[in-house]
Amino acid sequence: MSQAAIGLPPATGPEALRAENIVKRFGAVTALNGVSLYLKPGEMLGILGDNGAGKSTLIKILTGFQSPTSGTMTVDGKQVALKSVDHARALGIECVYQDLALIPGLSIYHNMFLNREPLRPWPFRLLDNKSMRRRAVEALEDIGVNIPSVDEEVAMLSGGQRQAVAIARAVYSNARILLLDEPLAAMGARESGLILDLIDRLKKRGDLSLIMIAHNYAQTLEVCDRVMLFQHGEVTFQAKSAETSVPELLEVVKRNYKIVRGA
Amino acid sequence: MSAHQQPLSAGPGIAARTLHGFLRFREASIVVVAILLIIYFEISNSNFITNANLQTLSQFISAPVIIACGEIMLLICGEIDLSVGMVFAIAPFIMYFCATSLGLPIIIAMLIALAVAGCIGLINGFITVKLRVPSFVTTLGTLFLINGLTLTISKGFPVDTPGSPAFAKIMGAAGYAEIIWAVIIVAIMHVVLRNTRWGLHTIAVGGNVLAAAESGINVPKIKIGNFVLTSVLGAFAGIVEAYRIGSTDPLAGGTNMMFLAVAASVIGGTSLMGGSGTIIGGLVGGLVLGVLQDGFTIDGINAYTFDMIIGGAILIAMVFNIHVARLRRAGRKL
Repeated sequence: MSQAAIGLPPATGPEALRAENIVKRFGAVTALNGVSLYLKPGEMLGILGDNGAGKSTLIKILTGFQSPTSGTMTVDGKQVALKSVDHARALGIECVYQDLALIPGLSIYHNMFLNREPLRPWPFRLLDNKSMRRRAVEALEDIGVNIPSVDEEVAMLSGGQRQAVAIARAVYSNARILLLDEPLAAMGARESGLILDLIDRLKKRGDLSLIMIAHNYAQTLEVCDRVMLFQHGEVTFQAKSAETSVPELLEVVKRNYKIVRGA
Repeated sequence: MSAHQQPLSAGPGIAARTLHGFLRFREASIVVVAILLIIYFEISNSNFITNANLQTLSQFISAPVIIACGEIMLLICGEIDLSVGMVFAIAPFIMYFCATSLGLPIIIAMLIALAVAGCIGLINGFITVKLRVPSFVTTLGTLFLINGLTLTISKGFPVDTPGSPAFAKIMGAAGYAEIIWAVIIVAIMHVVLRNTRWGLHTIAVGGNVLAAAESGINVPKIKIGNFVLTSVLGAFAGIVEAYRIGSTDPLAGGTNMMFLAVAASVIGGTSLMGGSGTIIGGLVGGLVLGVLQDGFTIDGINAYTFDMIIGGAILIAMVFNIHVARLRRAGRKL
């Protein structure tokens, strides 16, 4: 149980999000075994771990997609039991999934307003494309994303541009807690540089608290204020990025592998 | 690819920019095919662009284009309706029986026929979406089922299409009435696809069904709705055709009509894989099919070789279409 305490905070100051002792079992499989974490307003937390460590299960619970077997969550200091993705969204929790959930055949601005389209007044209730286009340009400019034209189909965009559009959409929908699931996966050096810049700008806004799920230790330490290490459904390590290093993280990973093997 | 791009990117002049502007439209490639075909047939036969022949041509393309408007919506959201040609045949019979046996006013009879067609669409959609049978198989089943039903209730004999001469004229008997209906429906469906939530969500469902569901779109509603739409448009096309001919034939429409509509859709640039398509493209696709059929007919091509020529022409038109589409994409990049 000592691992469960690792993710817990010194109980000071306001928190955007707190999860305590989250357990998630699928039949006989325990995906999360008492995970605790906290997120301060405006902070960026990096969650590192190998495949199967329970990162995606945690995301699904934090976004209301699944309910935990046990454990509690608080958002802005209030205890909540997330009932659905819509419920989590209403509380300001948005997630940019790895598959990005974009429609290739639609323009950037249509993607940004999918199922939230503003309509022109009665009688015909047609799409208000003008307003969508203008607001999409604003939203992208707001977070400093440079895309040739919002009229472009998403199919024509690079991986990095798609990621930027997905992030802009989440930010624009009034997200206060933004979860980024592997935002740098399958991306070249130049593209991931652009996304890291974008994430940096989001941090500087100050009104967003971010959680980034990632594989790459060095990148995560560079961009996040604090990092946590996930192994076999437990938090095995947590530290401020400034106070740890890639070698130390690797050392922890190795040590815990040994424990598992020995057990 | 680069060989195609070169002349485009090299020309900054007005002509090149006009070409770019034109190629930006999805329908550009198929419009080029249609214009080339019309020029060819006008040169090879002076009777091609005459009032009488244009009327014949318009009558040939109207029904497939009306059906294509529904089929395009279905193809975009990732489904297909093979049974629509049989709905085309049964609808005027339902109208006939309502008007004659039940003695209902002709307008009511027609609305009942359209409503029954809507129910057929609802059944197609329900079996496909809720019972998870692929739409190809679902509508293959209803294709045979409806055809059998039409032959049974008609006993295999054609009947006179009911209604006053004035009503008949409006519904399709007048020279260009059928194509006017087709153009009206194309215009409405173009706006529905491009400028309404329904159209946007149809593209979303076909483009990435998971993402559509994640954003809260009611996927079953969109799919079933488009099945209903296709059936109703199929029924309407059948009724219009019955008025144009003046006789309601149990063997009208069928798989030939359905394939013409699907071919018009696909030639017009609608993807069989879902996620993209255009209504205007369907109209031009139907025009291309009509021009081929009509042009070769007045050129006096032997009926036996006709299908070979049509088949080959469709392939050539499609190859041309796809390569002009590549030019279009190159144009967009600039």
